[in-house]
Amino acid sequence: MIFLILRRLVQTALILFGVAAITFLLLYALPADPARMIAGRSATAQTVANIRHELGLDQPLLSQFWNYLVGLTEGNLGRSYAQKTDVGALIAARLPATLILMAAGIFVEVALGLILGVIAAVRRGGPVDRLVMMASFVGVSAPQFVAALLLLYVFAVTLAWFPMSGFGTFAHVVLPATTLGILGAGWYARMVRSAMIDVLNQDYVRTARAKGLSSVRIVFRHALPNALLPVIAMIGIDIGQFMSGVVVVEAVYGWPGIGQLAWQAIQQVDIPIIMGVTLVSALAIVIGNLVADLIAPLIDPRIRAR
Amino acid sequence: MRILKNMIRQPSALFGLAIVALVIFMAVAAPLIAPYNPDEQMFDGLTLEGAPLPPSAQFLLGTDTLGRDLFSRLLYGARTSLIIGLVANGIAVTIGLMIGILSGYMRGLVGNALMRFTDLMMAFPALLLAIVLAALLRPSLWIVAMVIALVNWVQVARIVYTETRGLVERDFILAERSLGAGHLRILFHHILPHLMPTAIVWGTLGIATTVLLEATLSFLGIGVQPPTPSWGNIIFESQSYFQAAPWLVFIPGAVILLTALSFNLVGDALRDILDPTQRGRG
Amino acid sequence: MFKRWLRHSTIAMALALTPLPAFAQDVIKQGGDVVITYKDDIATLDPAVGYDWVNWSMIKSLYSRLMDYTPGTPDLIPSLAESFTVSPDGLTYTFKLRKGVKFTNGRELVASDVKYSIERAIDPKTQGPGAGFFGAIKGFDAVSGGTSPTLEGIATPDDSTVVFTLSRPDATFLHVLAINFASVVPKEAVEAAAGDFGKKPVGSGTFVLKEWTVGQRLVFERNPDYFVKDMPHIDKFTVEVGQEPLVALLRLQKGEVDIAGDGVPPAKFLEIKNSPEGAEIIVDGAQLHTGYITLNTKVAPFDNVKVRQALNMAINKERITRILNGRATAANQPLPPLMPGYDKTFTGYAFDVEKAKALLAEAGFPDGFETVLYSTNTDPQPRIAQAIQQDLAAIGVKAEVRALAQANVIAAGGTEGEAPMIWSGGMAWIADFPDPSNFYGPILGCSGAVQGGWNWSWYCNKDLDARAIAADSMSDPAKAAERQAEWGKIFTDIMADAPWIPVTNERRVVAKSPRMGGDGDIYVDPTRVINYDAIFVKDE
Repeated sequence: MIFLILRRLVQTALILFGVAAITFLLLYALPADPARMIAGRSATAQTVANIRHELGLDQPLLSQFWNYLVGLTEGNLGRSYAQKTDVGALIAARLPATLILMAAGIFVEVALGLILGVIAAVRRGGPVDRLVMMASFVGVSAPQFVAALLLLYVFAVTLAWFPMSGFGTFAHVVLPATTLGILGAGWYARMVRSAMIDVLNQDYVRTARAKGLSSVRIVFRHALPNALLPVIAMIGIDIGQFMSGVVVVEAVYGWPGIGQLAWQAIQQVDIPIIMGVTLVSALAIVIGNLVADLIAPLIDPRIRAR
Repeated sequence: MRILKNMIRQPSALFGLAIVALVIFMAVAAPLIAPYNPDEQMFDGLTLEGAPLPPSAQFLLGTDTLGRDLFSRLLYGARTSLIIGLVANGIAVTIGLMIGILSGYMRGLVGNALMRFTDLMMAFPALLLAIVLAALLRPSLWIVAMVIALVNWVQVARIVYTETRGLVERDFILAERSLGAGHLRILFHHILPHLMPTAIVWGTLGIATTVLLEATLSFLGIGVQPPTPSWGNIIFESQSYFQAAPWLVFIPGAVILLTALSFNLVGDALRDILDPTQRGRG
Repeated sequence: MFKRWLRHSTIAMALALTPLPAFAQDVIKQGGDVVITYKDDIATLDPAVGYDWVNWSMIKSLYSRLMDYTPGTPDLIPSLAESFTVSPDGLTYTFKLRKGVKFTNGRELVASDVKYSIERAIDPKTQGPGAGFFGAIKGFDAVSGGTSPTLEGIATPDDSTVVFTLSRPDATFLHVLAINFASVVPKEAVEAAAGDFGKKPVGSGTFVLKEWTVGQRLVFERNPDYFVKDMPHIDKFTVEVGQEPLVALLRLQKGEVDIAGDGVPPAKFLEIKNSPEGAEIIVDGAQLHTGYITLNTKVAPFDNVKVRQALNMAINKERITRILNGRATAANQPLPPLMPGYDKTFTGYAFDVEKAKALLAEAGFPDGFETVLYSTNTDPQPRIAQAIQQDLAAIGVKAEVRALAQANVIAAGGTEGEAPMIWSGGMAWIADFPDPSNFYGPILGCSGAVQGGWNWSWYCNKDLDARAIAADSMSDPAKAAERQAEWGKIFTDIMADAPWIPVTNERRVVAKSPRMGGDGDIYVDPTRVINYDAIFVKDE
């Protein structure tokens, strides 16, 4: 067991190293000059050269990357070019907001998915089931930015039930979390439905029912717990999806998370920030996948085969 | 034929097929249907203050912020979205199939290295990678398709890998091998045919994902270059008008949703027909 | 030997000594909290580093400088300086500092702080973008090259006297002392912040930074010890960041926001302008801005002056201003109308498709040619680029639009032979200070036509360069009018060579809630954008 965990840790480190190397190479190849972006319009050639030197951008690629790695091993993500401050601190300041948004989004997704999935499974074959399944497909097919604009238009502008943007209270989180959650809720509903149906068709459930156990009890005692494991595994795999969704959703709702930080940094070629956000996201994704892998053996193989 | 018959029996799949057919028709026949040149900025397409016009008899779906006919742009935009959907997804499925099969079939160093590389790509936040690639490669229609393919092949590779591993252990493959069949023969005659259902299902479901990703990239301003219309960049150019001219955002939005929905429905139906054991998530 | 510099105008004089003159309609009220929104987070509040139009006005209010401007105008006035003299050769500037000015950490501001701050702005270690502005000060090269930490050209004979010695006359030097990079900072606070001064600013301006929650808000409070009595007017302003302009505007209409800092998105502009409260909400003011298309004189066929002139006649600027919902006027010369030196009588190239075609044929391109037009990828720039594309198509020029991230466009523009045409929107020149010379050197002069430079036309005219240098040597204030006229002539002469197509002079449109008082000019201040010192809340 310990050997297995060690192995996974080494793998994780290697994956992060690979992500860092590829991202660094891509950013290095960008047809834009960070020193010039910082120097602005009125700078002389001397100023630009000075800035390039101070940032170490005049060094060869490999030594730049080496310096970055050395910093990483000390837990140092480098300094932002444009904001002249620690990238680690910038990300730390914004990460909680993103985590709150993701947690709320996952909650919406799972809650909606479970409710719809259970309803559909209980009423399988009927019109309710078909309606739910159709709705779940609409959810997964909606472009996130359109969904975001639509929710904003209906619930914040027209009905004024929720604030339009910002951060801080519960009301602020509702619309962004719903936007994030709708996308995945459809998948979860389908997954929960098929997992439940599998269980409901099994002999022991039929026996239980024959013995006169109420169907509510059967659903909550037997079927639902069985459907929960794949849901948890799915969340792990979905972290990557969420990371992408966060960029769009944060932009539309003015949510002060790392998605906005990354988007702003990309516009300014602020390479240390882009690197930092990519690495943090990659870490989250790797951890998510790890969780999914650990759970996988516990799941019914019929559901596992996705 | 059997597949088609089976699909027509399901109302949702029929609906999906109908919409897909309609979108393909729109794209192919765009020059015949479109009332205007999609790129022409018409003088009477804007109010004197420079605001877009709402839907009317002259402009069926209204005009955009440059005075172009939205209906014509949506028709031509269908071409862009479909080309990207087919090309990007085709490349993604091909790469995914190749890497998935190779890593699943070949044990040892090569297979392992390929799988580790897939793991590595899985760890990338997809949208961030797409944004950086788009900035690096300077977007055009084909580059956008490439970028999307480079991001999307990973999932296919993962699934193909798992299935190939399962197949390799099966009796008939082991039997072939003991009879001395070559690797190529086994790959092409036995493994690939068994993977075709997966490839077809992903080839369809993936189009939905691709259309959505293209729209998102365009929405962020790094998609297909103007004036070529794509459903995403139509919304990008008009997003601030979502209140003053909602038709400019929500009509293309609805078109994207319907198209993605239809490909999802068709893909799902295909999966049920081709391989009833594979249910759940796509 | 020294002659006394007379203050610019009587109004300026009054301003330096007494509170702001009352604006026509409103009585200035002291006090009030104001909420302002922006989309992007504030990058830094370090005056030696900050150089975008959002932090520009905040830095202006956090710090003070030797010189400043009368709110809402391009008129220079002394600020930290109580008085100053200029030697007749224009090489020595002597400033007497105002007595008793304190940094917000409590220490008195002395002459050596001025010297330290400017040296810091030039020091390569600071990585400041504004170092080049101080190029005329003696010893600049040594500090900028990193060989000397102290600037030879600044002397501080006593705590309240600063003497600048220049290596060449620079008529814009007083403007240079008024830009943010010349802001005075306390050395001990810079050192205590250990590289994080941009997040922990200490100055002697009208406001103090009280709170900064990254990604969410910054709270500025009035500096009670500010050296001009009754300045500023408001007690506090809160900057909320991460707010989409559209959302900010909707919130403004609901009364949650006082100023939508990013301006009014085109979509909302017409709606609000045409609404009953529109006139009260929208502030629509000229700024020192020209939007232009660069024609790369080193790329065929733009090396042919006739081609460049023909294209100048091909652009329907009126239609572009309509696409911008009338928030711009058509331009015909590089200088914006608000800039001293602007030539009102100049007409430039009139829009004339037939004449453009004829000239193109004369240049040897009767069937036009193919080229590439770069633009940034934020709305509305790709749309303007498409409008230009359609106009060019009308004379047979097929331009492929490349809408890229700003950084990529800047890189393409600064690479020789790379970008044939660039629509400057979104990156267009907005003057650092209201002097015509600021519109020449980096963007039209030979010094900017280098690898990584901002002269994207790669236009270099040695005669004009010599005339520009001559004009900037006229630092005698008595010759100001003559200098201005000469600069105006330089820019209209440039148009004969047509390295640019001047397209629009965009006005800045800011939205403010009806309770905000004061003249529109302090919300679209030519040197500050929003003048936090001068805005006030009306009696309700």
